[in-house]
Amino acid sequence: MDLNDSPEQAAYRDKVRSWLQEHKDEAPVLRGEGALTDEDEIVAARRAWQGRLAEAGLAGVTWPKEFGGQGLGPIEQVVVNQEISNAGVPGILDAIGVGMLGPTIIAHGTEEQKTRYLAPLLHGDEVWCQLFSEPAAGSDLAGIQTRARQSDDGSWVLNGQKVWTTNAHFAAYGLLLARTDAEVPKHKGLTMFIVPMDAPGVTIRGLRQISGEAEFNEVFFDDVKLPADAVCGEVNGGWGTALTTLMFERVTIGLGSEGMGYRSDRFAHAIAADPEARADGEVRHALGSLGTELLAIRFSGYRTLTALQRGQIPGPEAGLAKVTLVNAAIKAGDLIADVLGPEALSEPGEWSYMISFLPGLKSAGGTEEILRNTIGERVLGLPPEPRLDKGIAFSELRAKEREAVSA
Amino acid sequence: MNLALSDEQEFLRDAARGALARHKTIEAAREAADGADLPDLWPTAVEAGWPGLLVSEDNGGAGLAPFDAMLVAQECGRVLAGVELLGHVPASYLLDRGGYSRIAEVADGSLRAAYCPARPPGDVVSEWTVEPLRGLARGAAPEVSGDTVGGSVPWVPDAPGAGVFVVVGVENGAPVAMAIEGASVEDASRYDHTRSLGHVTFDGAAGERLDVSVDEIASAWYIAQALIAAESVGTVETGLEMSLEYAKERFTFGRAIGSYQAVKHTLTEVLRQSENAKSLLLYAGWAGEAKPDEFPLAASAARAAAGTALDYAARATIGVHGGIGATWEHDAPYLFRRAQLSRRLVGGTHDATDRVAGELLAAAG
Repeated sequence: MDLNDSPEQAAYRDKVRSWLQEHKDEAPVLRGEGALTDEDEIVAARRAWQGRLAEAGLAGVTWPKEFGGQGLGPIEQVVVNQEISNAGVPGILDAIGVGMLGPTIIAHGTEEQKTRYLAPLLHGDEVWCQLFSEPAAGSDLAGIQTRARQSDDGSWVLNGQKVWTTNAHFAAYGLLLARTDAEVPKHKGLTMFIVPMDAPGVTIRGLRQISGEAEFNEVFFDDVKLPADAVCGEVNGGWGTALTTLMFERVTIGLGSEGMGYRSDRFAHAIAADPEARADGEVRHALGSLGTELLAIRFSGYRTLTALQRGQIPGPEAGLAKVTLVNAAIKAGDLIADVLGPEALSEPGEWSYMISFLPGLKSAGGTEEILRNTIGERVLGLPPEPRLDKGIAFSELRAKEREAVSA
Repeated sequence: MNLALSDEQEFLRDAARGALARHKTIEAAREAADGADLPDLWPTAVEAGWPGLLVSEDNGGAGLAPFDAMLVAQECGRVLAGVELLGHVPASYLLDRGGYSRIAEVADGSLRAAYCPARPPGDVVSEWTVEPLRGLARGAAPEVSGDTVGGSVPWVPDAPGAGVFVVVGVENGAPVAMAIEGASVEDASRYDHTRSLGHVTFDGAAGERLDVSVDEIASAWYIAQALIAAESVGTVETGLEMSLEYAKERFTFGRAIGSYQAVKHTLTEVLRQSENAKSLLLYAGWAGEAKPDEFPLAASAARAAAGTALDYAARATIGVHGGIGATWEHDAPYLFRRAQLSRRLVGGTHDATDRVAGELLAAAG
């Protein structure tokens, strides 16, 4: 049991650190004095910075070398994350593209797709977005209704709506899951597509959340034409392609759950300035409880990393970390508001923003309830609940649902 | 970075599981609840070398770290084995470092030691304190004068039958650790029939002053926290296994009860709390060996998480089993009894949670 670097890891860390020291003045300033405020300027500056990081080998650390990556392991990715954080500079802009979508193309894409898309993705020249969730399909992702119909010439026509799409408003491409056959059970009629976000018929609209800010987008597709070679993976094999993306999503979260900034020391700092609060038994108990949970996540992350390094699949601690994280952060926001009073709810403000953001985060990447079902079944081996969607065609399932609602 | 157990640690854990499996400890708990004596597991501990786990090799021990003792404690917790490690291991740590004259006997287990818990000062209370006999007001640590100790310490784990007591007293405001052989013990065991407890009275008894630092005296408290945490996690594992087995085979309304979301989510919550506590056991083990500055935070967090998990798991085990789970026909009540008493010993889960807050606030400035 050792949390220190091996000699090779220490040497790698030194190399990363010295590059960052030398080049950190080129990084965009996002906080404090001289910070950029214009959204377009921020995006442009962060794209350029991602390009610098990629040239230096600090983006796509785990990508194979032939696609511009470093061919290194998860531990080196964590070293890079830590050093970027320590240097006080922003990381890559397109974490979703580099962490999840690029690796999906590497696993399922054609040679032409890999040649065309991967290098600009890695370097931030073309930002990507993930077009999976829909208004009526989130946790039950295979229930998506966006349709892609194939024309006689092999091209496709896309209609439907996606939601919760991060970065869509400045993305060049999206990886989109669509239904291509409604006459088979729902997991079997899906196909993954690569969609240019500037294609005619694509409409992007910011989705404002509790905070009033639009962190996500809704994306509408009206008769969007896609060429035959826009398919990523097999036609009607899209569920398998999507599972690859979701696996990389879990790995990305597992390696960086502390990166969201929900840390016990930060919350303690907010309370420590108030002498009454730091001596109050109730405040202390609440802080001790949520601090304990957040400390546990840090070490759950190290356990995940240990498993990944040994070539194992991360255990239940990885899937449950998000539940722990979100709920502990919610308690922290509540406690800080109790201590600071209405002052904590000033807008814009660090705490008001966090308090507003967390209720939505609870459902991000699948609701807590469905995650608990999945873990109960896959990890604990408990029997599944009876399901009404097994073995019947998606069109029939939808008809039954409509009938039940109107009855 | 690697949190995996070493081959030696896996061997230690597997050997402990094997050694304890030769005794029917949960059956013994049931019989003890009806008045029978608990089987004496100390010879098993001696044979396995557990008494000397934290004693240096020069003094005849294994020279291992707190985490190794925690692995054994977790196995004891799995089967509710009443091995007197919670008393002995923290005591042996101070006796080893403090130059105790009979350390070789402590290491081989022919002399069993018991640690009289003394809570180190924190960010609010600046004195060393011992458990109160009842209520919230903690007692002042006993007074030391030369080589004698006055007063008494209540609720000492594994005190009945111990041959030497390690007591932390205060002399001129500074903590002093003493090894006292001639103390009187009033058996205070209750509720959990697998755990032995005593009130220890010194009343001017003489002994040896141990040559240990203030940090080492404090570490004994945190080693005790980490041991209870590990033991609790072992008990949680057993509760979860029992519950899962039953949830798969018990049917209501035509379905296994484990297929219901309400039951599934309850057991997933047991798993979540248990996995968090396991992660913190690793933190405590790592800090105990390599990061002494963080050991108070790590051990307290492990204790807080494990105590909370134990209570939740014990109640969930009863709940999943339905009415039968709340009767002596079933094993669940022994887990429950363990949970209720453990959470109140050596400061209790509540105090450990407060200590986490105190450490975080102190670090925040």
